[in-house]
Amino acid sequence: MADRREMWKELGMDVDTHDGLCAALPVAFGDVYLSQKNRPEGMAFWDFVVSDIHGIRPAELLEAQKEGRKVFGTFCVFVPDEIVVAANGIVTGLCGGSQFWVPDGEKVLPKSTCPLVKASVGARLGRTCPFFRIADMYVGETTCDGKKKAYEILGEDVPMYIMDLPQMKRECDMLKWKDEIVAFAKKVEEFTGNTITPEKLDEAIRLINNKRKALARVFEARKNPDNIPISGTDALLVTQIAFFDDPARCAEMCNKLADELEERNRQGVSVFEKGTKRIMITGTPMAIPNWKLHHIVETSGAAVVCEEMCTGTRYFENLVEEGLGTLDEQYMALSKRYMKNNCACFTPNPGRVEDILRLAKEYHVDGVIDVNLKFCCLYDTEGYSVERALKEAGIPVLGIETDYDDGDSEQLRTRIGAFVEMLG
Amino acid sequence: MMHYIGIDIGSTCAKTVVLDPKQEIVLSFVLPTGWSSVDTAEEIRSRLCGAGYDPADNCCVSTGYGRVAVPYTQKAVTEITCHAKGAMLLHGSRDLTVIDIGGQDTKIIRVEDGQIKDFIMNDKCSAGTGRFLEVMANTLGLRPDDMCELARQGGGVSISSLCTVFAESEVISLIGRGEKKENIAFAVVDSIVKKVASQAKRLEDDSLVCLTGGLCESDYIRTALGRQLRTEVKAVAQGRYAGAVGAALCAAEVTKKR
Ligand code: SF4
Ligand code: SF4
Repeated sequence: MADRREMWKELGMDVDTHDGLCAALPVAFGDVYLSQKNRPEGMAFWDFVVSDIHGIRPAELLEAQKEGRKVFGTFCVFVPDEIVVAANGIVTGLCGGSQFWVPDGEKVLPKSTCPLVKASVGARLGRTCPFFRIADMYVGETTCDGKKKAYEILGEDVPMYIMDLPQMKRECDMLKWKDEIVAFAKKVEEFTGNTITPEKLDEAIRLINNKRKALARVFEARKNPDNIPISGTDALLVTQIAFFDDPARCAEMCNKLADELEERNRQGVSVFEKGTKRIMITGTPMAIPNWKLHHIVETSGAAVVCEEMCTGTRYFENLVEEGLGTLDEQYMALSKRYMKNNCACFTPNPGRVEDILRLAKEYHVDGVIDVNLKFCCLYDTEGYSVERALKEAGIPVLGIETDYDDGDSEQLRTRIGAFVEMLG
Repeated sequence: MMHYIGIDIGSTCAKTVVLDPKQEIVLSFVLPTGWSSVDTAEEIRSRLCGAGYDPADNCCVSTGYGRVAVPYTQKAVTEITCHAKGAMLLHGSRDLTVIDIGGQDTKIIRVEDGQIKDFIMNDKCSAGTGRFLEVMANTLGLRPDDMCELARQGGGVSISSLCTVFAESEVISLIGRGEKKENIAFAVVDSIVKKVASQAKRLEDDSLVCLTGGLCESDYIRTALGRQLRTEVKAVAQGRYAGAVGAALCAAEVTKKR
């Protein structure tokens, strides 16, 4: 692995503290990932990416910046990548998924903030993540209160643009989101100095759609009721990296992986023994390197076959209409696609329960784990309707609240172990 | 003749049960868990051998938080499944709600027609667990079971905080104010009972409710819990062995499968 310390220093990072993360990550990755059996060969690409996660992609982004391209960091799947790509910009996800960054976040945020927000703010202010250093502009959105207020604090340290996401799904909200996309496009044009044309936007739409289709193919292979071609732990990593990678390469690698998974399904090559219980996880997103729950489930005798979360189906489901001739039509098409996402920040939000019941069928799940990150009021509260609907449908469900730290791992093992035993 | 051994290593006590093929308890004993589950497991093994039930010749299943620390176990099963199975046998019923107030966690398990339908377990905080009771009893200079009995005579005081650390300082200030011990004991028991009852209510049902685990020997806790839940809470003499009995029943299943 190349020595990246020079690059990190130039990025103004706290390299010594960051070394702590560099030392811990390979151990965690080895325990969770490399210890798995029967992995698809295609996962070698993602193993490689993680082995130098703060090196390879950051170096690419720095190269692009040298050519005058701008990097936009985002925190939510509502921010339309297509706009940035159409203006020759690059998008990178910025969500923090490790306890490592939480203490730095807690220096400025209330302890009762969700760990995802605390880790994201901590990664910036503690200067311990290259992606947070590289991004020229952060793009936030008005989803949950924790993020809204955190953006004000981040905005003191880095250029910040906020998109005002409606919280309902009426006709006027679709139009409102379209207006927000238009305003964002203008900002991106200014910031990059490039003009967005219908041709470029259509190209960007196709590019991002292709990435979604490729991820969907990987997930499609997980629907096979008789064979589990990939562990949930591996599939989660594929989704997590998709937020950071170049969209064309992501599509290419996912398509290759999907080829292998489809072949595995034909040959009956499974990661798990026949009869292993199939679990769907629903709830708050799992930002990299948050692999905690998947690891516990898959070392407790069950397999995760689907994630109904923003690091899962909500990231790739629904495509944007292609081939539209005017920007106006394209912006509307974007608004329509994005507003199909059923995040718990909407009210009312019956679509999420419908999605969960549909996915439970499509992926032939035996049980659902509804997880929410501690202090996420939105998903915690919505858990009530989600769990009730599942019970009514006769699908066993286990509700779990957890944090990034490992203090509750043994407890979770007992609860999840008992849940798997309960499934038979 | 093959016997079935169930070992339940909890955070404070390790319970062992031997069932004969007719599911009768032929041996049961409790040991403190101590610092090392591995040492405890070894001590259990020699006691079993001494009584003529060498784990090597019989089938053994372990449960409880130290379940993976038993080297000679054939299988580790979670305490939720074991408590449910054990309670079914001890109470002779296939439809019941099991409440187990354990050392570090409290479980409420709903069993319908012999199957676990749902369960609730407190999160990592120790409110509403045996640990809470133990800490408070310590502060009062009492043994936990004495405190529970003393509570019967008290009343009129309450503790508002559910967190063990804050509740402890409440207890200390009650002592400082010169409050009678029985009233403080009442407040402690009342707080844990309310917490457990509020968890149990989430499972909504009206079948047989039974209390297992060490605390089922406290008649006062059982009645106080019944009062909160507006139903009779049952307990049996061997209730504290429910987890171990369930593990032994799992051992019988493991043998059958072979
Ligand atoms: S869960 Fe909601 S707020 Fe979070 S990334 Fe998804 S859509 Fe955005
Ligand atoms: S998990 Fe909940 S609280 Fe945390 S960032 Fe997402 S929506 Fe906000």
